[in-house]
Amino acid sequence: MSITADNPDGGSVAIAAAGIRKEYGDRAVLRGVDLTVGWGEVAVLFGANGAGKTTLLRILAGLTRADDGAVRLAGRPMHRRGNRARRLVGFAGHQTMLYNDLTCRENLAFYARLYGIRDAGQRIDDALAQLNLSDRANRRVRTLSHGMQKRLAMARAILHEPAVLLLDEPESGLDAASVATLGELLREWAASGRAALLTTHSVEVGLAWAHRALTLDGGRLTGDVPGYPSTGSG
Amino acid sequence: MELLRGALAIAWKDVRLELRSRDVITSALVFGLIVVVVFNFGLNRAPGSLAPVAPGLLWVAYAFIGVLAMNRAFTRELEQGGLDGLLLAPVSRDAVFLGKMLGSLIFMLVIEAILLPVFAVMLDLPTLSPTLGLVILLATVGFATVGTFFAAIAVQTRSREILLPVLFFPVIVPVIIAAVEASALVLQGGPMTGVWTRWLPLLVVFDALFLVICPWIFGFIFEG
Repeated sequence: MSITADNPDGGSVAIAAAGIRKEYGDRAVLRGVDLTVGWGEVAVLFGANGAGKTTLLRILAGLTRADDGAVRLAGRPMHRRGNRARRLVGFAGHQTMLYNDLTCRENLAFYARLYGIRDAGQRIDDALAQLNLSDRANRRVRTLSHGMQKRLAMARAILHEPAVLLLDEPESGLDAASVATLGELLREWAASGRAALLTTHSVEVGLAWAHRALTLDGGRLTGDVPGYPSTGSG
Repeated sequence: MELLRGALAIAWKDVRLELRSRDVITSALVFGLIVVVVFNFGLNRAPGSLAPVAPGLLWVAYAFIGVLAMNRAFTRELEQGGLDGLLLAPVSRDAVFLGKMLGSLIFMLVIEAILLPVFAVMLDLPTLSPTLGLVILLATVGFATVGTFFAAIAVQTRSREILLPVLFFPVIVPVIIAAVEASALVLQGGPMTGVWTRWLPLLVVFDALFLVICPWIFGFIFEG
């Protein structure tokens, strides 16, 4: 993928969020979050339950509307007519966004059509292979284990080769081998010049994968320190 | 082009899911049969005397079936967060709406086509004609358009099974009136002037109006 072609702001920032605020009723979840993630960078977001990590990721993905603030992905504003910005995002959240009565391949083929992917068959094979699911391609999703479904959700998120990957607790429910596969995928992701922002409760996994560690507390980013992505399989 | 691509992909996905599970069509068919049988016994009419009320019964049954089918079609999107998947995709909200509407339209037309001969026998419908087919098509487009819109709203609430009919039926009344009146004229086999000059134009106008309004409001509701 050519990052340059999808990078109209000159390549400085993959994710730029400024002054993001979100309230649910009288509870302020996000109180003005400013965040940037650069190209070739994997950032991890730590925070307690209810700190607003998922809400922030959903706002960045364009799934939840912020009460205030602005989001730009690769320089493009994320708003309701933001088809071009949405094309740049791969998002995997708590739900798999898959259809239980379709096979793995059919699910990915559906999303390939939605994203207008050319050479969809090859991309589907590649995505399944990257997540070690090639041998399950023709099995219905409802017959897969929870971990396999999560891996398939990852395959869905990377299928269209997005520039920015947003992952909400991607390692939860995965066995050690799958966590290693995911770590390898993120390393390749960053090496290819793309960007990723993920949340996790596992400090060990987060620091092993990320170049930067951010902490969200009380609706604000309270920490921003460099991490040390390991070169091993963890 | 992008609108069409997205809408067709979503509709085809819904058709494929239904071919696998058959849960919407099976439950709607059984429900439709039960409705007609219950009306048959409830009205306690002599054989051959149901014709005057048959158009009303037909459309009440179709309307109930429509609610059932559309509710299920959207509930399916919630099971694994599929609606988020649709909203993440780089297709317009109009395409998402039209795709879901097209899927519901196909299900309802299939169910109606299967049930019509059964109703014809049980309700003593005298004649089936292409004009009746046109009435059914236009009225079902209205059902599917309004129903898809309200199903998308209702499915996000805890009382979705109750909310959908409460929202749907008051708005769809003009379609039911036009469909019943037009069907009655067609089934009586008399002059069809009223069908072509009053009821079919009403259905066309209703469909056109809501095919513009519903996707537009849907886009605002599901704005990210």
